[in-house]
Amino acid sequence: MKPFNLSKSKDFQRCHHLRTGRNQREPDTPINYLKNSSQKCSSWKKCNQKVTPLMWEKQTREVNLLWSPEILQSLTSGNKLQCSDFILAVGHNAASFLSAYVLSSSNWDAVGRASVWNERSRAVAGQSSEDSACVFYRHKDNPSVLICRVTCYIAEDQLFQWAEKVFDCVQHRGLNVTVLSDSSVADYKTENYLSSSSAPFLRSLHTTAFSDQPVCQSLEQPNIVTGLPAAVLNHCQVHCIAAAVYQCYSDVIGPDSVTMETYTPVLTKLGKVMQLVQPPSTDVLSKFVRSTDIQSNLYI
Amino acid sequence: MFVSSQNSPPVFKDFTLVMPAVAVGNVGQLAVDLIVSTLNMSRVGYMHTDCLIPMAGNNPYSTSKEDAEELHTPAEVYTAAELKLAVLQIRAPIIQTKSKRFRQQLVSWIKASGFSRTVVLSSSHAYQRDDQQLQGSPLRYLVTPSLLGVSADALKELGWREMERTPAFPGVTDTDAEPRLSIPGGGITKGLYSDSCAEDLPLAVLLLFCSEGDNIPDAFALVNHLNDWLHLLDNQDQAPKNKWKIPTSWSLLFGSGIPPALF
Repeated sequence: MKPFNLSKSKDFQRCHHLRTGRNQREPDTPINYLKNSSQKCSSWKKCNQKVTPLMWEKQTREVNLLWSPEILQSLTSGNKLQCSDFILAVGHNAASFLSAYVLSSSNWDAVGRASVWNERSRAVAGQSSEDSACVFYRHKDNPSVLICRVTCYIAEDQLFQWAEKVFDCVQHRGLNVTVLSDSSVADYKTENYLSSSSAPFLRSLHTTAFSDQPVCQSLEQPNIVTGLPAAVLNHCQVHCIAAAVYQCYSDVIGPDSVTMETYTPVLTKLGKVMQLVQPPSTDVLSKFVRSTDIQSNLYI
Repeated sequence: MFVSSQNSPPVFKDFTLVMPAVAVGNVGQLAVDLIVSTLNMSRVGYMHTDCLIPMAGNNPYSTSKEDAEELHTPAEVYTAAELKLAVLQIRAPIIQTKSKRFRQQLVSWIKASGFSRTVVLSSSHAYQRDDQQLQGSPLRYLVTPSLLGVSADALKELGWREMERTPAFPGVTDTDAEPRLSIPGGGITKGLYSDSCAEDLPLAVLLLFCSEGDNIPDAFALVNHLNDWLHLLDNQDQAPKNKWKIPTSWSLLFGSGIPPALF
């Protein structure tokens, strides 16, 4: 549903009470309060339009999946997305890796996005859907390959919901899920102290249904995976879907070309299902490595 | 909520269920780890719920390279059929706003599965004990009326101490507030106990007063206490008897190895 444009509508100007905490209502309720209350305000009688102001849309913790019209039609008629491979990138380095090595070949259509609001979401004015933090792409020639890049924070209480809703749209038979995930080497527990030269490195976790060989060493005890990769693994394990998570432990916070290159072994797996871009030059990679945000001047 | 990992759903009729509460020091969860690890229990299903924070890891009870790469989820059910014992292990915190819902899901699962009794292993903040609780053993029990009818003799023989009702405002004599049950730091323990009393479920709570820190000795104390009642180790063939096996996931509990350059 399109957000109701607050500032331009004449109706809103009359119903200025919406803004105050006292009269806040659930989205989608018609705002003709007069019928239910004894307050007298002639202007309110005219305002019976359903309202979902942008500020309310953001304040619910629901995960909303917004698909392209073609896919939406297919889903509403009861047909799930035919998908043989679903590749998910969680974190800036993983997402940039996919952008540089896979998505830059321009054989991909953006077919949907997930809108997730939580306490860490930043309201960015004029944010278009392409800049959105969670986008789904489908290969033009091979529509059974789906990619998702997630660069936003998904809160603990939204993770399960995200996984359920996404996998509800996708058919499970013969599905292979690959998750690339960024992590900090500070979270990696090992008996022998890791010198700085060993990071970044990859570790893998896979579900019981995954019968292939992982491209790197398995995650040793007592390390665990949390967040979106864990939610996806849990869902796949319970529903017997073959899934593997490749977690990259890096000592750099933020986008970094060396960390991105650590994911290259996964390319051997991905190359079987789609055409990959030739290893991009350092110039291309540096395009994806943003300079530090101005706001974060802690270490200047 | 419960999803079987086997081809046919497991039968829990007349089994005893042991489950932890996510509580101070994670003592209940550590104790359950010991039970699963020692009795070599096999996983029969998952509790697939949105009430827990997701996590995933390799097999925490692995004994060899072959079974090391099995994925485990935040809440799973294990059984030891010969002992008629089922264990629910919870590895992740309960999402704060979903605690009541989680209790409801648990209670309805317990009812539907037909467990003969449920034992909740829990803990409570040691610093919040009142004067009478400071004395003697730090272990306490609670039992619903439904289970009391069956196990009263066994509990009396064991000489266990029931959890006391403490006054709401200690030292204040004016108020006529009744002493009430309080389990600070116990997570869903009190709620689960009250729900079970209301639903007439045979449920017992075994709890230990402890603080955060190295809670391994507390876990051993609790699991030995449980064993005095349920006699889980009696059928162990391997010597030495009455020895609990520490799982492989109990390594590096306080972080990675120390960098040598530090010194």
